[in-house]
Amino acid sequence: MHSLALFTRLMAASLRGQARYPGSALMLALGQFLATGIELVAVWALFDRFGSVQGWRLTDVALFYGMVNMMFAMADALGRGFDVLGTDFLRTGNFDRLLLRPRPLALQLMGHDVRLSRLGRLLQGLVVVGWATAQGGITWGPASVALALFAIAGGVALFLGILVLQGTLSFWTVESLEIANVLTYGGVQAAQYPLAVYAQWFRRALTFGVPLACVAYYPGLSILGRADPLGAPGWVGWVSPLAGFAFLMAAFGAWRLGVRHYASTGS
Amino acid sequence: MHPMHPVQSTQRGPPAAPRNMPHILADRLVKTYRISERDPGVWGAVRGVLQRRHRTVEALSGVSFSLERGELLGFIGPNGAGKSTTIKILAGILRPDGGRVEVDGRDPFADRERHVARIGVVFGQRTQLWWDLPVGDGFDLLRDIYRVDPVRYRRTRDELVALLRLEAVLDQPVRQLSLGQRMRAEIAAALLHEPELLFLDEPTIGLDAPSKLAVRDFVQRANRERGTTVLLTTHDMHDVQALAERVIVIGHGRVLADCSVEALRARVTAGQADGSPGQTAPDDPSIEEVITRFYALHGAGES
Amino acid sequence: MTAHERLRPYGAAFASRFLQMLQYRSAALAGFGTQCWWGGIKVMVLAAFYGGAATAAGAPMSLGQAVTYTWLAQGLLALLPWVGDPEVARAVRTGSIVYDRLRPVDAYALWYVRTTGWIAARVLPRVALMAAFAAVALPLLGLQAWAWQPPAGLLAAVGFLLSALLALMLSGAMVMLLNVANIAALNERGINTLAMPVVVVFSGNLLPLALLPDRWQTLLLLQPLAGLLDIPVRLYFGQLAGAAALGGLALQAGWVAVLVLLGRAAMRRTLRHLEVQGG
Repeated sequence: MHSLALFTRLMAASLRGQARYPGSALMLALGQFLATGIELVAVWALFDRFGSVQGWRLTDVALFYGMVNMMFAMADALGRGFDVLGTDFLRTGNFDRLLLRPRPLALQLMGHDVRLSRLGRLLQGLVVVGWATAQGGITWGPASVALALFAIAGGVALFLGILVLQGTLSFWTVESLEIANVLTYGGVQAAQYPLAVYAQWFRRALTFGVPLACVAYYPGLSILGRADPLGAPGWVGWVSPLAGFAFLMAAFGAWRLGVRHYASTGS
Repeated sequence: MHPMHPVQSTQRGPPAAPRNMPHILADRLVKTYRISERDPGVWGAVRGVLQRRHRTVEALSGVSFSLERGELLGFIGPNGAGKSTTIKILAGILRPDGGRVEVDGRDPFADRERHVARIGVVFGQRTQLWWDLPVGDGFDLLRDIYRVDPVRYRRTRDELVALLRLEAVLDQPVRQLSLGQRMRAEIAAALLHEPELLFLDEPTIGLDAPSKLAVRDFVQRANRERGTTVLLTTHDMHDVQALAERVIVIGHGRVLADCSVEALRARVTAGQADGSPGQTAPDDPSIEEVITRFYALHGAGES
Repeated sequence: MTAHERLRPYGAAFASRFLQMLQYRSAALAGFGTQCWWGGIKVMVLAAFYGGAATAAGAPMSLGQAVTYTWLAQGLLALLPWVGDPEVARAVRTGSIVYDRLRPVDAYALWYVRTTGWIAARVLPRVALMAAFAAVALPLLGLQAWAWQPPAGLLAAVGFLLSALLALMLSGAMVMLLNVANIAALNERGINTLAMPVVVVFSGNLLPLALLPDRWQTLLLLQPLAGLLDIPVRLYFGQLAGAAALGGLALQAGWVAVLVLLGRAAMRRTLRHLEVQGG
């Protein structure tokens, strides 16, 4: 069976397993909804009091907020296998089972425990983008829609790359480092706002280190049709999502090293 | 019981190595583990962060053997002797530090996906099925993972279900099965894709007598009727006696014996005749006694 | 019995739980890095909204105060009543909860004291670490503007400490309610799921309550969760001084009393129910 079809099968199996406990699944979904909801409350409250942040209106920020949350939601749903690699696979010895199957490890991990509740964040992000369009008068043409999809794909790749790196670290420490949460959840928190509002060193880190700016800020600028207050040329937003894919590829390079290390030291 | 349908050339193409080469070739395998050591207590933990100390354990110090297609090999040895390490290296989930390993002409780790497509592994303690899914659904998922032709799959599955008496458990989640049921389901799961090589790690542990006999009988059939090469690790000497034409005894990371059960018995009783003091020497020691004495002769008791 | 004798079992229970929790050094460190970053990002967002100016028009607090508030919130995070005391859950699971009825001490008081010890043992190391980072390390790195500022004077400091103590007691009373829910075998996951966002918003952990819309301010101050974080911090800055300060402390104390009474009643009922069922 073709890999993509298999992935769908694994995902379906995971969802069926969760559906056996509908109460718990509903509870998780509600929890996710509320957790992302309070972030919205924070953003709204700050705008309610201050009116704008360095020239950016709530509707501008809403676009960044919506897109970043959509990216993370999808990566989060796909990347849980890497997130729990240490606790669910390495410590229990179940990782050996994955190695014994004639399929790529990454594929098997991505199909593991696909949580529908995480996709609640996707829906929220979509709604927020819709609101931003309606209230903020964003015009969507074929070009900007294509760019948005490209940016979101790049963002999914980026967040997935972070999760892959987190999984890779577990080969060495066995405990999952929660510092990775700083990059994922913290990254979402930071990238929700246009990066121009932050200090230079932070912007640099988020452009060249973990390239959140490349998948959210610059494409967002191009969609809004605004010039970058920091002076980057207009074409940057159209190609910068590639950085997300590059990041993911680098993450998989590290992952392969991790698997090699695992096979050398045993469990 | 139905006879099993004979092996046909698999849809995955011919094996990589010509048929006259050994199926498994292990050449002077060496494996060393580094275990980090830490003093107990808080102070020890702090020192542990600053300064790592290691203890090296030589799990394998040069293990060599080869296995032809269709052989049924018993792999025995005391705990900590290196059996699991060897199995893991052969399965491709552990890389040796020295020596060479070839299964069907391939390096198990480097060529992982192609290698594991043709082997079946049963680990006694851990399950390869999905905990919350019914057994039948788990089988179907494995079919997709191993890319088995649906028509062949149905035939194989039905045979296995009949032979291992799994009709009743097919729609129960694995979680709810008894140990005996789970073991039988594991063995079926390992054979759904008709592997040429089967690793069985402690397959009868904790099973009641009828289940043990069923498993033993089944393994024998798989080996004789289909020519599946079988490598069996076990502490149950009756398994060995019933099934294995050939045994390899591993101790201290080395091969201590590589012969038939009868030859092993002969070696032990001969050694006995050398005059170990104060031991009664029955004419026909049980298989457990044979093994126990063999370990003792080589100082290979449990470490 | 003298008062000392009477209080002995409770003192001992507090001390033992407190010291036991302090031993979990890795627990103290875990999440510290995450919190530093989390606080840092919140501070950066606040600085962006203030536009770099120390006070923005219409802002009820200065940027420096908002920043300090953020760090205090991170340090005092363990005060937030999200989950019940795991020891209670374990006692329920193993059935040893029944022994508490057989001891010559008040069951609620014993559990209250143990829970408070558990909370305190998690708060103190974290506050110390957070202070070391935000009050000492950040200024040393030249980031004074984003650092944890000292309190607004000696009186404010004293007020803060008193308020923090009351916050601890308040947290204990709230966690006791979660404990009782645990004992009553109510849906623990469900309660925690709903409790967390509510607690995070209304204690002031998400944003200082004063930064939330003006029209809600009175209600926000009066509700019980404000006493967990917002009131102590207002005393820290001297925003509540003199009579207002006493009012704030009284508000905290009042809620402690109400929630303790509620908890006792609930516990009595639940334990009686358990006895009927056979424990």
